[in-house]
Amino acid sequence: MSYVKPKFRHPNLPTNRRGYTVADYDGAISTLCAGCGHDSISAAIRNACFKSAIEPHRIAKVSGIGCSSKMPTYFLGKSHGFNSVHGRMPSVATGASLANRDLTYIGVSGDGDTASIGMGQFVHLVRRNLNMTYIVANNGCYGLTKGQDSATADIGSIAKGGAVNPFEGIDLASLALLQGASFVARSFSGDKGQLEPLIRAAMAHKGFAFIDVVSPCVTFNNHAGSTKSYAETREHLAPMPVDFVPMRDEITTTYDPGTTQAVTLHDGSVIHLQKAANGVKTDDRTAALLRMQEARDEGNILTGLMFLDPNQADLNQVLNLATTPLNKLGKDELCPGSKVLKSINEGLR
Amino acid sequence: MKPTNTTNPEYFHKVVDCQYACPAHTPVPAYIRAIAQERYSDAYMINWESNVFPGVLGRTCDRPCEPACRRGRVEEEPVAICRLKRVAADHKDDIRDRLPKAGAANGKKIALIGGGPASLTVARDLAPLGYELHLYDAQPRGGGFMRSEIPSFRLPEEVLEEEVGYVLDMGIHTHFNTYIDSMADMLTKGYDAIFVGCGAPRGRDLPNVPGREEGAENIHVGLDWLANVAFKHTAKIGKRVIVLGGGNTAMDCCRTSRRLGGEDVKVIVRSPFEDMKASPWEKEDAIHEGIPIIDNHVPLEFVVKDGKLVGMKFDKVEAKYDAEGRRSLISTGEDPVFVECDDVLIAIGQENAFPWIEKETGIRFTSWGTPIINDDETFQSTRKNVFFGGDAAFGPSNIITAGAHGHKAAVSIDLYCNGQDLEEDRPPPNVTLISQKMGIHEWSYDSIPVDDKRVAVPLVALEKALGDRDLEVELGFDPETAFVQAERCLNCDAQTVFTAPSCIECDACADICPTSCINFVENGTEDDLRPRLMVPAENAEQDLYVSDALATGKVLVKDEDVCLHCGLCAERCPTAAWDMQLFTYNTAKAAPNLVPGLEGL
Ligand SMILES: Cc1cc2nc3c(=O)[nH]c(=O)nc-3n(C[C@H](O)[C@H](O)[C@H](O)COP(=O)(O)OP(=O)(O)OC[C@H]3O[C@@H](n4cnc5c(N)ncnc54)[C@H](O)[C@@H]3O)c2cc1C
Ligand SMILES: Cc1ncc(C[n+]2csc(CCOP(=O)(O)OP(=O)(O)O)c2C)c(N)n1
Ligand code: SF4
Ligand code: SF4
Ligand code: SF4
Ligand SMILES: [Mg+2]
Repeated sequence: MSYVKPKFRHPNLPTNRRGYTVADYDGAISTLCAGCGHDSISAAIRNACFKSAIEPHRIAKVSGIGCSSKMPTYFLGKSHGFNSVHGRMPSVATGASLANRDLTYIGVSGDGDTASIGMGQFVHLVRRNLNMTYIVANNGCYGLTKGQDSATADIGSIAKGGAVNPFEGIDLASLALLQGASFVARSFSGDKGQLEPLIRAAMAHKGFAFIDVVSPCVTFNNHAGSTKSYAETREHLAPMPVDFVPMRDEITTTYDPGTTQAVTLHDGSVIHLQKAANGVKTDDRTAALLRMQEARDEGNILTGLMFLDPNQADLNQVLNLATTPLNKLGKDELCPGSKVLKSINEGLR
Repeated sequence: MKPTNTTNPEYFHKVVDCQYACPAHTPVPAYIRAIAQERYSDAYMINWESNVFPGVLGRTCDRPCEPACRRGRVEEEPVAICRLKRVAADHKDDIRDRLPKAGAANGKKIALIGGGPASLTVARDLAPLGYELHLYDAQPRGGGFMRSEIPSFRLPEEVLEEEVGYVLDMGIHTHFNTYIDSMADMLTKGYDAIFVGCGAPRGRDLPNVPGREEGAENIHVGLDWLANVAFKHTAKIGKRVIVLGGGNTAMDCCRTSRRLGGEDVKVIVRSPFEDMKASPWEKEDAIHEGIPIIDNHVPLEFVVKDGKLVGMKFDKVEAKYDAEGRRSLISTGEDPVFVECDDVLIAIGQENAFPWIEKETGIRFTSWGTPIINDDETFQSTRKNVFFGGDAAFGPSNIITAGAHGHKAAVSIDLYCNGQDLEEDRPPPNVTLISQKMGIHEWSYDSIPVDDKRVAVPLVALEKALGDRDLEVELGFDPETAFVQAERCLNCDAQTVFTAPSCIECDACADICPTSCINFVENGTEDDLRPRLMVPAENAEQDLYVSDALATGKVLVKDEDVCLHCGLCAERCPTAAWDMQLFTYNTAKAAPNLVPGLEGL
């Protein structure tokens, strides 16, 4: 197996606004199974960061444990990163964001990492509206530990060994909606046309952006009878295409009147939802929940942007924390001395 | 676009850029791998089967393969294909027992006129089939221009001797020092077919430039002068030499002059430096030997004083290009430039000359003086039993082209002598396509390209080189350097072969591909597809590989342009829809399986 990627790149690779090529957002060569959906998500994140011209060193990747949580090694090799403990990425992300709110945080997790061991941390992260992009690479199983059913496995889905899953699966996107998330989307690893703009929008969004990405495990969950195989997912996909136009760019694509809905983000970027004619509204949390539930009842996988509230205050704002990253504060500001401590104590008497 | 028909061998042939560009289609990556594995004799035999003169060509080939080499499109410099060929020749063992022998006599007699690479290739290809081959040359030994024109500081005599010998030792009847002065005569001698490989022997002169006649004693036609040097009739030249012309002959003339007493040697050429016909490396070599190249100077006059040449006058010009890019040289109007000299060598081109082929033979010629030939496959002239090849066929070219002609002409001669149709019955190329999978993610070749840069071949010290006309200037690569240089080859013959029904469209190949070759897109016309790819496919010379429609209705489109043949697409494919398959392509030779044991190398 090749353990390095050749150095050569296409000589005509385009550069982004900051002069980087997409290769500047590459990571190490993947060690995931050939064909794993997670690799496609890695590529989508790489492409999204390139297209949005975020400088690699202004990005921090955080993850837990699992094949999915290994992904950050395979993209953005020049960015910051923390591969944490199983299910504990939210704590690390929270600490990092409190210390430096100026970085773009990309969290990558799995359905096991988030919906089982990490469930407690996850819901608190959602309700606190931490300013980050949180991607769950959802394959319905514990890939890294050889394919046991995860908590998102659909009821009735057949595991590779033949066992039928007797439990109702957790729908993380609905859960995030219920818990007050400000940006909720779902996508499929095999649909970069939709996934890339969603990731770009999530990174531009100021607040907690959750994307549940169906990402087939080719090794343990890609057989007949699995509801999260490539074939089954494609069969039941009900996608709503999305375009993302960053603040700086002109809108060049034209849409048939009445077929799209435009949503403007805090920084002036615009998300265009295509096929949005039939009354889809991204600012209606209840309607979004209903639509997702209906699709689920029909056995369909609704993908696209489900809900967005661009104006919700994020954790740093709610807690009214220092706007300057800690690494830019001087010793005196960080450690103001006994005088200040005294006056604080006085204030508490 | 329609799905690519990969069962047509020409598709994958074109992907192997070097081999495709080589007139003889030498299997370059195969011999380069053999060199990397220190199998120099195998590397030599792969070459010998294909081009007959690996040692000669490894030093002198015009190497159209190198500008074509894929490596030159992904970094600065192509693989050192030509000089690696020399490595095979330098480091091989005694290979004589691997050479084919003359076949049992088949009763057919062939005459070969001229003993250059074209005729020698025909001889090599036909001898194993039992033809009685008679080779005629006006020179005292075989090799044609390789012997009489290419200076021995570029091509040592032993190297030429060895490889000409391999051919002649196959029982060829040689008739040296024999100038053929009548084709009509030849046709009465009972040959079943005649091959004309007499080259383009006439050097162009400047008969109308004033002073040409008066100064004749010190004005020489380059082609004749080089031959005189080669056969040791000329051993000296004046201290100050002007070489007129900008081609490779001019470069050989000036470098030879430096070795025969020329101290102040200049090349003076009409055209701008960039437009000169000489290969870039030959210009470099001349400049390295202290020879200035003065461009944009058109000869006006040979200045003769007291019956002796004293210099030349030139008109300074500027190149102007019209809308179609046609060049004209316009005088700058300045005073003529006078350049002093003792001798002038005229190296401004060469032409075909067939004064010995009579009209009544039925062999007809074009207005350019080249024979009318059926096409560049059969090489049959307007007289059915006479075939042309090498420089004699289409005018001056190079050794490897002469060899390529020779192979095709030999096939034609064999078909002709067996009463078969030269077109219908032509054998196809010998092609195989074999998976290189060794394990789950293991390939039989070094798939990941190395980053090493090309290095130049070391040279002997300049002073030493200029002191000895016969001393080879280039030292050749040592085995260690050769290994690194060989590893630079991208193995373009390891083809990416795609099987659409196996693809699950997981994107793994498109994601991993380091050079962004792979795309899953909606189909369209080629003009529509090219700009739509991840990196627009701007190099129209390189094909798009398009699959059948996939489950989603999209198609796979791979731009062949800068594929590294790294195999990562196939490694990352979960269903083996991609496979790396070794493609071998050998042009048909008159004698099949000329060198047994080369299959699959
Ligand atoms: C100065 C110079 C340098 C060159 N350097 C290179 C180089 O570095 N690399 C390269 O690839 N090519 C080079 N070439 C070109 C190359 O030598 C020729 O293209 C090639 O040799 C042509 O081969 P051929 O078999 O057609 O004929 P030639 O090699 O020209 O051989 C023809 C032979 O036929 C003989 N002959 C001609 N007429 C008759 C007749 N009527 N009867 C009997 N014999 C006859 C001639 O004596 C000659 O020996 C060079 C050419 C010149 C002039
Ligand atoms: C504290 C702890 N408990 C259990 C494990 C074993 N373990 C490793 S990965 C994993 C599940 C990963 O599943 P998921 O997050 O869905 O990732 P996937 O491999 O499917 O992408 C488990 C249970 C562990 N590493 N640490
Ligand atoms: S086990 Fe499954 S999830 Fe893990 S790398 Fe392999 S295919 Fe991907
Ligand atoms: S990289 Fe190797 S195989 Fe490819 S064109 Fe160059 S020499 Fe030929
Ligand atoms: S072999 Fe495959 S992965 Fe490698 S450059 Fe070519 S298309 Fe890309
Ligand atoms: Mg999982």
